[in-house]
Amino acid sequence: MQTGSPKSHTEYDVIVVGSGAGGGMAAYQLSINGLKVLLLEAGRSYDPVRETPMFKLPREAPLRGAGGREKPFGYYDATVDGGWEVPGEPYTNAPGTDFRWWRSRMLGGRTNHWGRISLRMGEYDFKPKTRDGLGADWPLAYKDLAPYYDKTEMLIGVYGGDDDLENTPRSSPGVLQPAPAPRVVELLAKKHAAPMGIPVIPAHLAIMTQRQDAEVLPKKLHPGNKLAQRVLAESMRSRQACFYATPCGSGCSIKANFQSTTVLIPPALATGNVDLVPDAMVREVTVDKNGRATGVHYIDKRTRTDHHVKARVVVLAASAAETARILLNSKSNQFPQGLSNSSGLVGKYLMDTVGAGIGGEIPALEGLPPYNNEGASGMHMYIPWWLYKEQIGGKLGFARGYHVEFGGGRGMPGNGSFNFLEGKTEGAYGTKYKEAARRYYGSSVWFDGRGEMIPNEQSFCEIDPETVDQWGIPVLRFHWKWSDHELKQAVHMQQTFAQIIEAMGGKVNGKPATDGNQAIAKGGQIIHEVGTCRMGTDAKSSVLNEYCQSWDVKNLFVTDGAPFVSNADKNPTLSILALAWRTTDHILDQLNKREIG
Amino acid sequence: MRDDETTHGVGRRDAIKGMAAAIALPMLGTTEQTAVPPVAPPAVPHAAPTPLVQLTRGVPRGDAWDPDMQHPSKDWPRKLTTAEMTTLAALADMIIPKDAHSPSASTVGAHLYINEHVSAPGASYERDLVRVRGGVSWINLESEKRFSTPFAKCSLEQKTAICDDICYLPKAKEEFKAGARFFSLVRNLVGTAFYTTDAGMKDVGFVGNVALPKWELPPAEIRAKLGI
Repeated sequence: MQTGSPKSHTEYDVIVVGSGAGGGMAAYQLSINGLKVLLLEAGRSYDPVRETPMFKLPREAPLRGAGGREKPFGYYDATVDGGWEVPGEPYTNAPGTDFRWWRSRMLGGRTNHWGRISLRMGEYDFKPKTRDGLGADWPLAYKDLAPYYDKTEMLIGVYGGDDDLENTPRSSPGVLQPAPAPRVVELLAKKHAAPMGIPVIPAHLAIMTQRQDAEVLPKKLHPGNKLAQRVLAESMRSRQACFYATPCGSGCSIKANFQSTTVLIPPALATGNVDLVPDAMVREVTVDKNGRATGVHYIDKRTRTDHHVKARVVVLAASAAETARILLNSKSNQFPQGLSNSSGLVGKYLMDTVGAGIGGEIPALEGLPPYNNEGASGMHMYIPWWLYKEQIGGKLGFARGYHVEFGGGRGMPGNGSFNFLEGKTEGAYGTKYKEAARRYYGSSVWFDGRGEMIPNEQSFCEIDPETVDQWGIPVLRFHWKWSDHELKQAVHMQQTFAQIIEAMGGKVNGKPATDGNQAIAKGGQIIHEVGTCRMGTDAKSSVLNEYCQSWDVKNLFVTDGAPFVSNADKNPTLSILALAWRTTDHILDQLNKREIG
Repeated sequence: MRDDETTHGVGRRDAIKGMAAAIALPMLGTTEQTAVPPVAPPAVPHAAPTPLVQLTRGVPRGDAWDPDMQHPSKDWPRKLTTAEMTTLAALADMIIPKDAHSPSASTVGAHLYINEHVSAPGASYERDLVRVRGGVSWINLESEKRFSTPFAKCSLEQKTAICDDICYLPKAKEEFKAGARFFSLVRNLVGTAFYTTDAGMKDVGFVGNVALPKWELPPAEIRAKLGI
């Protein structure tokens, strides 16, 4: 059905499905190179500059900003129409599975609220099987992606240090912006972790501590491309450096941090080469008799009508699980088990990040004079994985590492900030309560581990034949299982954090777990789901080649987290962005050579 | 020290703009309702291809999943009676009384926040409604029993006698456990209500939410004290 959309008669060069990190990057790179792009987004349009509540205080919000099922990260979290539930768009779990699937049905997707943590994968991370015999290797190496990491960091703006630790690569000189000075808790943790052999180094976050050089960077990133240089310079001139207040998770109207909606989509639209259609829920990729992609079907959510749009190339960036869902739902006589699925691996090897944490109270932090603890919202310092040698020597009992995110101190009081006083004071009220609030405010610390999960056969998604969503699209059913590697890693996290807290002279809240099942977050809760369309060196053992190009359908590409072969402890967004850039270079090359389209 | 930005004669949006050229040091907003320009989708009538949809097209739907965060609404009907609110205000001021640093909890509306909380839609809030409403009845029955007067009219010594019995669940006697569960919830709600106001944030010495041109190390005094 093609009524109602004036553009449905136009044929595009490329359709990009999804507008988050991978889709935003694809639309930007392809449009600045002159291709006509149709960008489809399943959620509503959204402009953080106009909509962010970053300056609102908790007391202005209902229930002082408390979270709930509709706003899991609090009332002011940038996410709208999203969370672990989306009304009218269910998913199901196989018996024994309790996987949580986060979606953000909005322009820019989850880049609007993400943690901005931007760690590069290292050499080991691309070749994990070669190193320890588990999982699978990527078809590319760190050196293949390194130039794209450099370019991506310059494009989006990332702060960080120049430490060069094992499997924790540094950026090329001049690429990163200076990391902000450490906070009190970060310095205190560094002081006490160092004697334990635990490094505390500047974190890498996609937050700008300086304005970008709009005269130099666009020419460096897009040599010889006047259109690209113009739109990027304009975009960079509109971005300000961080002013060290307000939470990044609410989004940023001064564009100091990376969101697809402030950094990638505006310059893409400024090329005049992008049509953006929100509320467009893609359900199927269509193919011709030669098995080449011809376009996609989407449901216009406002009119509840189905539309078909055509293009020479289709790029899926709907998020790892949603991309698998679209491919598995693209069934035809030619492709009875779904599109690009001759390997049978679409939906398989779903991974999330291992998450476990613990908190404590530090007497040394009690009763300090007032100091500003806000900084760049996210971490200024972090702990990279440091036990590579012990691990490969088989001394830890689990095969892969984790990094540590931590913090504490005198944050802005919010809902529940002082609930801990009841236990701490054994029931103080009155003047004693107020005195305790003054004394203990800012004395809490927290440590959260973020670790690598090894892909396994029991963790995957498939189509649930019994259920459709409100648009009539068959939904996903999840299967999930942690292996002992992840469970033991979660125990190691809590035990280690307890040691650090005690070294800081503090008291741990609760007891560190000895059973990983008690410590580990549920699958999907860390919101780093990747895999489902893994890359590889041949069409039998993988869905995509090293350029995220479908082995089966040459003009079909994937630029979200789906192509990931492993899920290193490094948060995936930066790698999604770098891979997406590399993929678009390949698309342009293939179109030029007339290999596709 | 926080302050109304009007004191500085600079709106926060203007302040942000100002930072581009010269770095100002504005206090970021407190209670001002941010002026949001009315959403007028500027159609782009020229240029080929005409963008089908522009960024400005999105607006909040206004429900719980997509609220208008610039104009937060807390307008669900309140369920507590005036008499219940009187009791809660008295109890809130036992938890956070006026002292040399800051006012009492009821002065900044802690009891109003309790009503907002227990009246909110959702199963957990409905459970808390029963706990608060039942607790208010319990504490009045208890004070009538002991002192022949409702809790709000008790003397400070009388209120203290009751609160001492219910202020900590793990140590409360069997006959005071229900009262202690009520007190625990009210203390947390009062703490949230109080310390999210300007007066509460000032009391504990929160000094953030201020725009800075550069992020510096912690003050030397603190570094010296901690040896960092």
